[in-house]
Amino acid sequence: MSQLLTSAPASGGLPAPVPTSPVRLTINGQTQTLQLAPWTSLLDALREYAHLTGTKKGCDHGQCGACTVLVNGRRINSCLTLAVMHEDDDITTIEGLGTPDNLSPLQQAFVDHDAFQCGYCTPGQICSAQGLLNEGRAHSEAEIKELMSGNLCRCGAYVGILDAVKEVVDSEGRQEK
Amino acid sequence: MYPFTYSRATDVADAVRDKAGHDGSAYVGGGTNLIDLMKMNVEQPAHLVNVAKLPLSKIEDLPNGGLRLGATATNSDTAWNEQVKARYPVLNQAILAGASPQLRNAATNGGNLMQRTRCYYFYDIATPCNKREPGSGCSAIGGFNRVCGILGTSEACIATHPSDMCVALAALAPTVRVSGPHGERSIAFEDFHRLPGDQPELDNTLTEGELITSLDLPEKGFAKHFAYLKLRDRHSYAFALVSVAVGLEMDGDTITEARLALGGVAHKPWRDQSAEQLLKGQPATAETFGRVAAHVVANAVGRGSNDFKIELARRAIVRALKQAAEGQQVAGDVYLGGQ
Ligand SMILES: Cc1cc2nc3c(=O)[nH]c(=O)nc-3n(C[C@H](O)[C@H](O)[C@H](O)COP(=O)(O)OP(=O)(O)OC[C@H]3O[C@@H](n4cnc5c(N)ncnc54)[C@H](O)[C@@H]3O)c2cc1C
Ligand code: SF4
Ligand code: FES
Ligand code: FES
Repeated sequence: MSQLLTSAPASGGLPAPVPTSPVRLTINGQTQTLQLAPWTSLLDALREYAHLTGTKKGCDHGQCGACTVLVNGRRINSCLTLAVMHEDDDITTIEGLGTPDNLSPLQQAFVDHDAFQCGYCTPGQICSAQGLLNEGRAHSEAEIKELMSGNLCRCGAYVGILDAVKEVVDSEGRQEK
Repeated sequence: MYPFTYSRATDVADAVRDKAGHDGSAYVGGGTNLIDLMKMNVEQPAHLVNVAKLPLSKIEDLPNGGLRLGATATNSDTAWNEQVKARYPVLNQAILAGASPQLRNAATNGGNLMQRTRCYYFYDIATPCNKREPGSGCSAIGGFNRVCGILGTSEACIATHPSDMCVALAALAPTVRVSGPHGERSIAFEDFHRLPGDQPELDNTLTEGELITSLDLPEKGFAKHFAYLKLRDRHSYAFALVSVAVGLEMDGDTITEARLALGGVAHKPWRDQSAEQLLKGQPATAETFGRVAAHVVANAVGRGSNDFKIELARRAIVRALKQAAEGQQVAGDVYLGGQ
């Protein structure tokens, strides 16, 4: 087995096995060790190795926000970071925010406000909105729009998305008072 | 991507040693520019030294009244820092005008200074580009150059430095502290980035293996009269076509000191000290602003699809100076300017 982990050229025309190493990731509260190459993005690690396919790959270049996840509570693009850079970090994906039987307030608001059409951008939108709530810096519609601008929606569901996020921002604001 | 090796540095000395020990290696901060370039095969380091978790993330007062911004502090933490908001609002607004919340959360201050141009041809390895492959030619001259520069360009390269943060820094004039195989040194911000000349492959004056450790801001922050105006193809999440950072000190209606820097127009954040001299002692009037703006773009050269930037820059300078003189802009958690 250990031979498989070397990068020596393979004989018989087979591609050389890639050099992987164990990487310890804590995803949605569960720590797991994945066998990963250094060049595996966090996004690919989540989707292809941890089999959490809720997080989506849109552009793979930081330009769309579909891959947004929370790392230690802060939203980042998982396509522009390497999995190996996140040992000891706490990673939360859409699967960790709520379940179909127990939706998070944001997930429920997205349903209530028809905040999606195809749904491809939605996990990124919701993780980003959760990051926005954690930051606590957006209050008005103009502020929410600006601080949600890292998430594009090709279906143009922006009106519903804004309504959904605004509703949760407002209700959290009320609870704090 | 392609195969490479990886390590995480524990302290500055370890990072510098690790980098020196690996040919063709690179530091990685947030990765938001480097990993993108690696995916496009524009850059292919054989080894990455992760510096994001080095203990350089503090933002702290300096004994001379200035403020030290750690190189690995994120762009978000820097923009939202209470000291930055209160004392250097132009920096707060410039950072928040750039990229997206997700990107700013990952991006580090060191990485922001070191980010590379967004010239289309630099990213497209199928085309000639002197910056990517010295001597191959410049596809942007005579090609699509809407995003390219109008000031300080050369016949070898007309690329721009794309950062917003660095435009505010150019106006604030910090020093960049670096640590390398030959020890530590400080570089004036003005001397950090360079013009393309006949070596466009060099974006800045760092030497091999040097690591940025902090940005040291001087005391003067122009907190009362400042502006960061960013003009782009859409209101958010787009690079600047032209941006302007202004800092003024006023005595009544008279400008007693001025800082003026432009983004999106040159290979480096474009501070114009001769324009600053022209502003000094002058009344804050439309006439003054118009004269100074005309002076800044007097030697600008368009290359076809970016000709519009000359007029855009001229008008943006007038507007930013007016905003700064009137004290219109305030620090905040969001950038809502330029709309
Ligand atoms: C879609 C998109 C939109 C964007 N829009 C904007 C925008 O509007 N305005 C704007 O200003 N920026 C924008 N950016 C760029 C973003 O600000 C930069 O990618 C970011 O600041 C780079 O920081 P980083 O830590 O991620 O750098 P990395 O990608 O980690 O590194 C970039 C470079 O810096 C070097 N480096 C990193 N740290 C150090 C150090 N301490 N010392 C020496 N070298 C170091 C690396 O070796 C590498 O060469 C955008 C990026 C994307 C992907
Ligand atoms: S402008 Fe500079 S970066 Fe763009 S193609 Fe020419 S040489 Fe390359
Ligand atoms: S997939 Fe990461 S930003 Fe588009
Ligand atoms: S719902 Fe289709 S991309 Fe947003």
